[in-house]
Amino acid sequence: MNRIDALFRRKRESGGKALVMFVSAGDPDLAFTEQLVPALAGAGADIIEIGVPFSEPMADGPTIQAASERALKSGTTLAGIMAMLHRLRLRIPQTPLVLFSYYNVILQYGVERLAADCAAIGVDAWLVVDLPPEEEGEILPALADAGIARITLVAPTTPPGRMGRLLERAQGFVYYITVTGVTGARVELPADLASQLDAVKAASPVPVVAGFGVATPEQARAVASHVDGVVVGSKLVGAVADAPTPAAALAAAAELTRRLAAGLR
Amino acid sequence: MSEPSRKGHFGPYGGQYVAETLMPALQELEAAFEQAWADPAFRAEFGRYLHDYVGRPSPLYFAERLTAECGGTRIYLKREDLNHTGAHKVNNTLGQALLARRMGKPRLIAETGAGMHGVATATVAALFGMSCDVFMGTEDIERQQANVLRMKMLGARVVPVRSGSATLKDAMNEALRDWVTTVRNTFYVIGTVAGPHPYPTMVRIFQSVIGEETREQILEKEGRLPDEVFACVGGGSNAMGIFAPFVGQPGVKLVGCEAAGYGISSGKHAASICGGKVGVLHGNKTYLLQNDDGQITISHSISAGLDYPGVGPEHAYFHDQGLAEYCAITDEQALDAFHRLCRLEGIIPALESAHAVAAALERAPKRPKDHIMVVNLSGRGDKDMATVLRTMTDEPLAEPRREWLGQSPGLHPPR
Repeated sequence: MNRIDALFRRKRESGGKALVMFVSAGDPDLAFTEQLVPALAGAGADIIEIGVPFSEPMADGPTIQAASERALKSGTTLAGIMAMLHRLRLRIPQTPLVLFSYYNVILQYGVERLAADCAAIGVDAWLVVDLPPEEEGEILPALADAGIARITLVAPTTPPGRMGRLLERAQGFVYYITVTGVTGARVELPADLASQLDAVKAASPVPVVAGFGVATPEQARAVASHVDGVVVGSKLVGAVADAPTPAAALAAAAELTRRLAAGLR
Repeated sequence: MSEPSRKGHFGPYGGQYVAETLMPALQELEAAFEQAWADPAFRAEFGRYLHDYVGRPSPLYFAERLTAECGGTRIYLKREDLNHTGAHKVNNTLGQALLARRMGKPRLIAETGAGMHGVATATVAALFGMSCDVFMGTEDIERQQANVLRMKMLGARVVPVRSGSATLKDAMNEALRDWVTTVRNTFYVIGTVAGPHPYPTMVRIFQSVIGEETREQILEKEGRLPDEVFACVGGGSNAMGIFAPFVGQPGVKLVGCEAAGYGISSGKHAASICGGKVGVLHGNKTYLLQNDDGQITISHSISAGLDYPGVGPEHAYFHDQGLAEYCAITDEQALDAFHRLCRLEGIIPALESAHAVAAALERAPKRPKDHIMVVNLSGRGDKDMATVLRTMTDEPLAEPRREWLGQSPGLHPPR
């Protein structure tokens, strides 16, 4: 069984919810990310999204924009990220890894080449933020050959009919975008979120996680109670950026992860 | 004319590479546009505003002195600079604002580089009583002050964008971020034939009035179609507008003029087709300026309106299919053409349009006398006075360039 399915089976059996943590790879450099990812896994992160920096992060708010800029400034490339993941896989053999990217970076690396490299390394899924179902035909054959899942996004603006069609084709898990907007921590999540989460959960053949704007353990717990897990990104990226030293950043990241994970057990 | 496939592709280009949050809005827009364009009442209203408000048809002017200067090849200028707001941009913003009104969206947003599209959007927002936010890079705000003031005067809010290179691409990122947040009540007025489907097709259709008029006017004046049609290409909306009715016409050569900045080999340019490679940005697949890792690189052009690292996907398709030729004109060539048009015809062109003029001037002496050229003079140059002046004084300059001065016959720059 693949790592994603195995994880959600364990969660079902234990009654817990999955904690998905997003890291901005290469922020401030890849050496730090290589320490951060195992620290998160050790502190209770169940799935880790590896955010590939892009110069034009159109779907991201200020926190991840700034992180992407720092990552690119330190010379982060997808090839460098893949080399890092290759080493990381030996240290964290069980944690599902999701490559989270804008499409152009993948396109220039080469879709087939990246899929093959991901399969060889043990990257479990891709989430390509600007590749909706209308365009994903470009990557599906390569991913199928490589045995890698393509994560489907569902948004608050997705009409019910379309949502049904998206969920039918879902692989691994579905990522429900909790807010109509860009990434970034929010003080308050939408009032009608619970009913929307329930609707997606009821209709999805695969586990559902929800993210965008989730920052506190309370929010995480409230959101996760309707679905199978929750994604936290900007809050972690911000905590790392705000720490005075790399050691302090690792400690802050682990502490945040522990607090979030504790609320999801 | 190439009609995009079901998914809005032109060959391998175009498409809808956006986050899921925007997909329903694009589908709603596509349906609304198709329905509106099939509605005679909508088209009549669009035509009425183009006539009474924009001042169309714009003249097709025979440039007599330019013709003489270049050895006799007959050069015509399509005077989009005479439109209300001073450029072709308003053709499209008018169409999109009418569509927004029809769709019940009370708020317009737009990205702008040189500010002409921002001004044209602010203008129609005022005309139809809509609220309007224009995203503009702080670099462009700096170099296009006059247009910033015009937008504010018209009641629009100009939102400064500091991220990235603080130019047009970053303004477009920020507009997309706004739209993804406000999509339920906001209409995103894209200013060029780029972005996700249906924008490239919709903007081309709204701008086609340029080419349709040109075709009629040249037939009336010359009794035949032109041999060559020139237009500058940043995103490429004025070019697509004037090319549209001539695509595939035997004997009519279409020439898109990209901005070569300091020269393609310098790496400091904005010529996506001539000096870029295929990738995905801002919702469409097209030629882009980027590095080997797929990171977008910063473009350069003296003309803010061409300073964009991508190009409309249909132009990419035209290039691959040989339906149009794409050349690159340096800052220096554009400035030279700018001054020649000022002195020979009494027309101050936009620096963008000066790129098209430059390509025509370069080729005209090599053409026979009965050869007919049409140059799309897409905008007027009032907004560019400060930029051009900086190239002409003895003051310490950010980008000194004096060498062109001597090359321009009969030119007496102020000292």
